[in-house]
This record gives sequence, structure tokens and C-alpha cells, in this order.
Amino acid sequence: MSNVVLDSKVPEGPIQDRWDNHKFNMKLVNPANKRKFTVLVVGTGLAGAAAAATLAELGYQVKCFTFHDSPRRAHSIAAQGGINAAKNYKNDGDSVYRLFYDTVKGGDFRARESNVYRLAQVSVNIIDQCVAQGVPFAREYGGLLDNRSFGGAQVSRTFYARGQTGQQLLLGAYQALMQQVSLGRVELHTKTELLDVVKKDGVAVGIVTRNVTTGEVQSWSGHATLLCTGGYGNAFYLSTNAMNSNVTAAWRAHKKGALFANACYTQIHPTCIPASDESQSKLTLMSESLRNDGRIWVPKKFDDNRPADQIPEEDRDYYLERKYPSYGNLAPRDIASRAAKVVCDEGRGVGPLKNGVYLDFSESISRLGETTVFERYGNLFDMYERITDENPMKVPMRIYPASHYTMGGLWVDYNLMTTVPGLYALGEANFSDHGANRLGASALMQGLADGYFVAPYTVGDYLAGLLGQGVVPTSDPVFVEAEQAVRDETRRWLSVGGTKSPEYYHRELGKLVWDYCGMARDKNGLEKALSEIPALREEFQKNVRVLGSAEGVNQSLEKVGRVADFFDLGELMCRDALMREESCGGHFRVEHQTDDGEAQRNDEEFSFVGAWEWNGDGTAQTLHKEQLVFENVKPTQRSYK
Amino acid sequence: MQLTLKVWRQDSPTDAGHFETYQATDVKDEMSFLEMLDAVNENLIEAGREPIVFDSDCREGICGTCGLMINGQAHGPQKGTTTCQLHMRKFHDGETVTIEPWRAAAFPVVKDLMVDRSAFDAIVQAGGFITADTGAARDANEILIPKPAADAAMDAAGCIGCGACVAACPNGAGQLFTSAKLAHLNLLPQGQSERYKRTEDMVETMELFFGSCTNYGECQEACPKEIPIDFIAMMNRDFLKSKLANRKLSGQKH
Repeated sequence: MSNVVLDSKVPEGPIQDRWDNHKFNMKLVNPANKRKFTVLVVGTGLAGAAAAATLAELGYQVKCFTFHDSPRRAHSIAAQGGINAAKNYKNDGDSVYRLFYDTVKGGDFRARESNVYRLAQVSVNIIDQCVAQGVPFAREYGGLLDNRSFGGAQVSRTFYARGQTGQQLLLGAYQALMQQVSLGRVELHTKTELLDVVKKDGVAVGIVTRNVTTGEVQSWSGHATLLCTGGYGNAFYLSTNAMNSNVTAAWRAHKKGALFANACYTQIHPTCIPASDESQSKLTLMSESLRNDGRIWVPKKFDDNRPADQIPEEDRDYYLERKYPSYGNLAPRDIASRAAKVVCDEGRGVGPLKNGVYLDFSESISRLGETTVFERYGNLFDMYERITDENPMKVPMRIYPASHYTMGGLWVDYNLMTTVPGLYALGEANFSDHGANRLGASALMQGLADGYFVAPYTVGDYLAGLLGQGVVPTSDPVFVEAEQAVRDETRRWLSVGGTKSPEYYHRELGKLVWDYCGMARDKNGLEKALSEIPALREEFQKNVRVLGSAEGVNQSLEKVGRVADFFDLGELMCRDALMREESCGGHFRVEHQTDDGEAQRNDEEFSFVGAWEWNGDGTAQTLHKEQLVFENVKPTQRSYK
Repeated sequence: MQLTLKVWRQDSPTDAGHFETYQATDVKDEMSFLEMLDAVNENLIEAGREPIVFDSDCREGICGTCGLMINGQAHGPQKGTTTCQLHMRKFHDGETVTIEPWRAAAFPVVKDLMVDRSAFDAIVQAGGFITADTGAARDANEILIPKPAADAAMDAAGCIGCGACVAACPNGAGQLFTSAKLAHLNLLPQGQSERYKRTEDMVETMELFFGSCTNYGECQEACPKEIPIDFIAMMNRDFLKSKLANRKLSGQKH
């Protein structure tokens, strides 16, 4: 059924005017009519909480769902560094256009220009909004907002709240949401997980959920549904994502006809604490700011087992400084990550499992003194010591890259609508703004932009066309059948009666995806993964063990469905990576590199968004292409030498 | 190392519950406490027994989802540390470790080690916000906030809502949580117009669920973010003031 047409619906006109013109041209819903519309918002991270609160303020009836016990638990809370905005408060030459330019370039020219421009435009409103809500951003002594430079940007445009920016922004959105709950404008359903998206006559009409406390399966109907359900980094099993982060909502939407785009664009963050053994459940990120004062090195010799302090200068390889003299230890995330992988693969890794590189503060300590270094990074050093029992003031930190963010996601048009009418995707769940690589401090910006300032307008435009139409009742056969399918699925998992836990299969799948579709990919490996993943999935379906019942709390049951979706997604990631015969941003194909080992894009053939259409279980997805047009920023080779 | 675990198992909120004993073998220093429980659970599943239910999510000490009473201490023996950030090197071979859910009337047990903390959401819903509908905000730098005020607000805003303060309190009081949210908002210029209404509404909602504060100070000892009880003093002062301020505003309605 290849009748899908990818219409990005990008407005006409100069890029500076597109969003304003579009806002003017969109249909409005008059205040008295807004309450006749029901909007379902799934997920309560930055995008979801912001959208739910704002739509409710506007007067729509909002029903909001999260599988957590409280909206405040969403994983946006863990973001450390900051949020970008083109305020130019530092008078250092920043502008909306520069933020737009940096983001398109940082994304290695694989993002849609119009969306990125709008993101840069509304970035300034986000900061105003958050301050008004009481987000305690860092201040200077005069009382003005402080900024820092972040992630290799040449201007200081990052706003931050200590190392807890994500937490503070999420609490701001959560509090705005709770106010709307108190006013009766948002109906909040915690502990409620989406298990299916329901369509009627091709249009999204609602969702089916399972209450993870009681096991109750229930339908909800709405005029529009917004998926704000985050990224899929846990496909790798070990990642910096939270334990419960999963792709299920996006994936079930994909199976109902929403195209899934750029699955192979995953970001690997260079500074995480290396895994210590098989039992490790997740990886912990150490803020990138550490690279400002830490020097990265490994021993020159292979299998050098001396402690760091007994390796003399001449036996150390400061490989980033050697390879990238101008950026040195501050090289962008994808480049720093790959360089670490190269030295570890060579056998020069450090630590008990030889799976890390040193991040050494000794030179900064002798230059700045212990006090200054501790003032800057003390809280991070404490966190590191809690996990590793090593004090970075005395012994160099050990770091290694880990999966951190996924740029791919549900394909959306300029209005953030998926290919299913009435179904939207916001925040990390969509593919739209970061191209093949996301810049530091831009994830929080995008989540809040979508939630506060984009979706509330574009959803209204869609709803205006539905005036006079009620919601499809949940007694309709489309809901009854979808609920039954969810119950059948649950019963099936409970009756497999195998021997291994869902966790076991998630870990095994993660190893395959990481080995063949991680930091570096090649044709042979990807083809191997595409034969091994289905084989492992078959074993999983026959041999997984889910104990307990469908009623009440059953964490294995929650997990097994998520793992099943990760199997399908892992396969798509490999298929997408195999299709994309070029290297760009977070996608590195070893066959496509320059003589000195940098990513080599192929703009002639691959300047497109790869959006995949589901064709049913066991059948490969069909690729659809949205050509990318660069009218403002001319694609160039990124160089950080 | 090998540990003996005494774990609270409770099927449902109405079940009486009981301790069960498990052996945790091959425990390594580098494992986090929850990874040790993960391993116990995998063994239970392979043996055909239902795994222990416990809550966790970010496992970096920021989401506030996890929280266990470990040998009678909320989040265990290490100060300023959530359960997920506690590592097994803090225990020794052969030790018996008792693991219970948060014990507080306001946090009913859902199953095993998982509790219902929705009372915290009810407190925030009662007034833990600054009314600022999207779109109406003025330029962020038009509001000057002295650095010490911003820093103090941030100290309070660091609360992760885990509930350790309630679990550690002999009275099961919710004062530290409530006062941290109040201090965050009441210390900022943006929070002034709703200050006394917010204080009265949040404190009175808190009292529907939680016990009273009698200054044991256990909460600040247990708090993984080391939020000080000074904020409780500030809350009490604002609450007293609110009783006067709000009477005036509402035309002596009470």
C-alpha cells in the first residue's frame, strides 16, 4: 500500500516569515468551541506536560497519560547541561539565524530547514515562559540570567540551573500541568500505559491503555492524540536512558500506519562511566562540561597495565589533541566518541575491563588549584566516586561513550502531525529538528518548543476542521477490537512459559544492536544483525518467561511488550543504517569515511529523510523519501581540525 | 560477596504482608543496590517464582522514583544518596540486609516494595505553581533576581519528591517536601502574588494526608538531596502570616 505521500507542508516564503505566516493562515477555534474538543496527550516529559498544560489553558478538554506514578518522573528530569536560546544576552553575536545555522550544520545537513528555523525563533519565548513559572536559572550577581557556552558552540547561549536544568524545566511544566488538573481542565491518568493507537477510516480516534497497577485495559477517545513519549535509546539495552524509557507508544503508532524516520540516527555521548560488569543495568552520563578542563588520553602501549600515575608523559597518547589540534578535547560528540572506540578497539583501553579512556584533571589541578577545580566539578566528582569508588581529584576518571539520545523517530510534517491524520508526535519521539546529530542543550529546547509553542497552534488548526463532530465512542467496534487485541497479547505472553526473563532477552538484543549498529556500522555487520535479530526474536517469543497474572502489578509483563517492540525497532535501525550508504552525524558507516577517518556524506544520493512504512510482522518495511532542500545553509564538510 | 536478604512481600494494599528470605550470591562491589535486586529477581524468575516488585527509573538519583528502607534507613546507609546510587561496596560478605517499603500512612503499599505517593501530587496540585499561562511572559531579564535568592530557591527546588523524608519521620510528616516546594516558589519575585494563598492551600492539603512535624530532624538526615529543615521554619512563618494576609484579602470570610 504505497500510496503514502510525504508532504512536509512547509509554508511558502522567506524562512524568517514562514512560521508567522503559517500562524496567521491557520484556522482558529473560538473560545466557546474549544471545550467541545478532547485532546489526548501521552507522556508527561517536557513536550507532553508543556503541551497538556498549554492546550488546557487555551480551553480544550485534555486527557493526559503517563505510566509513571507522577508526571514529574519523566526522563526529561535527568538532563543536566542546559537549554539553548538565541537571546544574545551576552552580546556575543548570537541571533535566531545563528542558532538556526548552528543547528542545521550540527545536524550534518540532514534536518528540515523550516522546522529548525522555527525552533530557533521560539527558543527565546521558552526562556521567558520558564522564568515566569519560577524556574530558578543560574543568575549573575546583578540579578540577570547567566549563560555559558556548551557543546562546542562559539557563543554563550545556554541557560542552566546548576547541573539539573532538565529537572527544573520539567518541574516547571509539571507544576503548570498540575494547576490545570486542579482547575479541572486536565484529566490526569498516572500509571496508565499506552498499548495501542486506534484509527477509524484512516484517522486517529483514540488510544487503548493498560493500567499498570490494576491491569485494567481501557479505551479513550479524542479528536486528536499527541505522542510525547521520548526516544528509543534503550534499544541498545545499556544507555543513559531511564530503565522504563521505551519505544512502545511510537512503535504501536508505526504499526498503525505512522511512518518511522531516520531510525539509524542515534547519538552516542562521549563522557559516560564505563560498564563495570554484566549485571550493569544502565550507564551514567558525566556532563560534557568536564571536557573543558580534563584531558583525554590512553597509554601508547597496548595492554599497559600500570596505574595511571605510573605512566610517564612520553608513554601517554592524548589522541584528541593529536588528531584535532584546534578543537582538541572539545571535539563534537560524535567525533570524540568514535575516537574513544578506536583506541579501545586497538586494545589500549583502560580500567579493569579495558573499556574506557582517561579523563585527567591533574594538569588543571596544578594550573588552577584543587579548590577551583572542585568548585567547578565537585558535584560530578562526588557522583563519579559514589559509582566507582575512585576520586577524580586523585585518579583520572574513566569514561566511555554510551547511547544517549535518538534523533530518529516518528515522521512528522511542519505541523508535527504524523502520516496518520489526528496523530501528532512531539519532542524526542519525532524525528524533525536535529538531523543526524543533536547539539548539546538542544533537546530541552525542542521538547518545550513543540509543547508550549508549536503544537498548541497546529493542533487547533486541525481541530477547527472537526467542528460539530463528536468523538468516536469507546463502544465503537474499532475500540472493542483494539482492546481485545491488547488482552489477547497479554494472555499470549503469560502463556509462553519459557525459561528466561524479558530482561535477559533485552540484554542479548542490546548487545547485537550495539555491536552492529552502534558507533560504527558496516555492511557485513548490519546484514549479520538483520539475520541474527529475527533469530533471537524467535527464541524470545518461544522461550520468554512471564510469571504472575494480567491483573495487578506485573513488571515483567510491562517489560515483555516493550522488549518485543525493541526487537522490531532494532531491526529497523539496522535496515535504515544499511540503506544509508554514507556517513553523517551519529551514523558512521566505516565504508564511507575520508582519508583521515571523518564522516563522508553523500549529498547527491542521500540528502533525504528516510521514512519507513510498516508492512506487517515478518515483512520488511517500505522506504519513502522526503527530499531535503537547503535554501539557506549550504551543506559543507564539517571540520574540527 | 554473599548476602542474606529479608524482603517485605505484600501482594496487594489489603494483604497483611510478610518477610521472605533470599540469598543474594555473587554480589560485586561495583553493583548498585538495585542491580543486586535485579539479579535476585532474574534468579527468582528462572526458579519460577514471582520477582520482587520495586520502583526505579532513572537510576541516576534524580527522578525520585526509587526508595527503599534498607536496614531501617531510608535509602540506606550512605548520606546524600538515593537507593539507586547506593553501591554494594557499602555492605560486607555474610551480612543480613532487611529491605522494606517506605513505611508511612500517607504512602500505602501497592505491592511488595512499591508504594503510592500520589499524596505529593495532591499537595502540588493545591498550589505548588506560579500562574503563568503560556505566551503571556515578559522578557526573562526584566525580572531581576539577586543571586543569593536564586541560589536559595534552587537549593529548595532540588527536591526529587522521593518521599524519604516522610519514611524517615516518626510522625510520617510531609513537612520537608511541602516546605521545599513552598520555599522554591516563595523566595522568588515571580512567586509573590500567590505566596500566601499558595502557602495556606498547600499546608492544609498536606495536613489531610500527613502527620505533624515535631522537629525530630530525621527528614533532613534521610534526604538524598540534603535539603535542610530551615525551609520548614520558613513555611511555618509563611503559614502563620497567610492566616492574617488571606483573611484580609478574602474579606474576613472565615
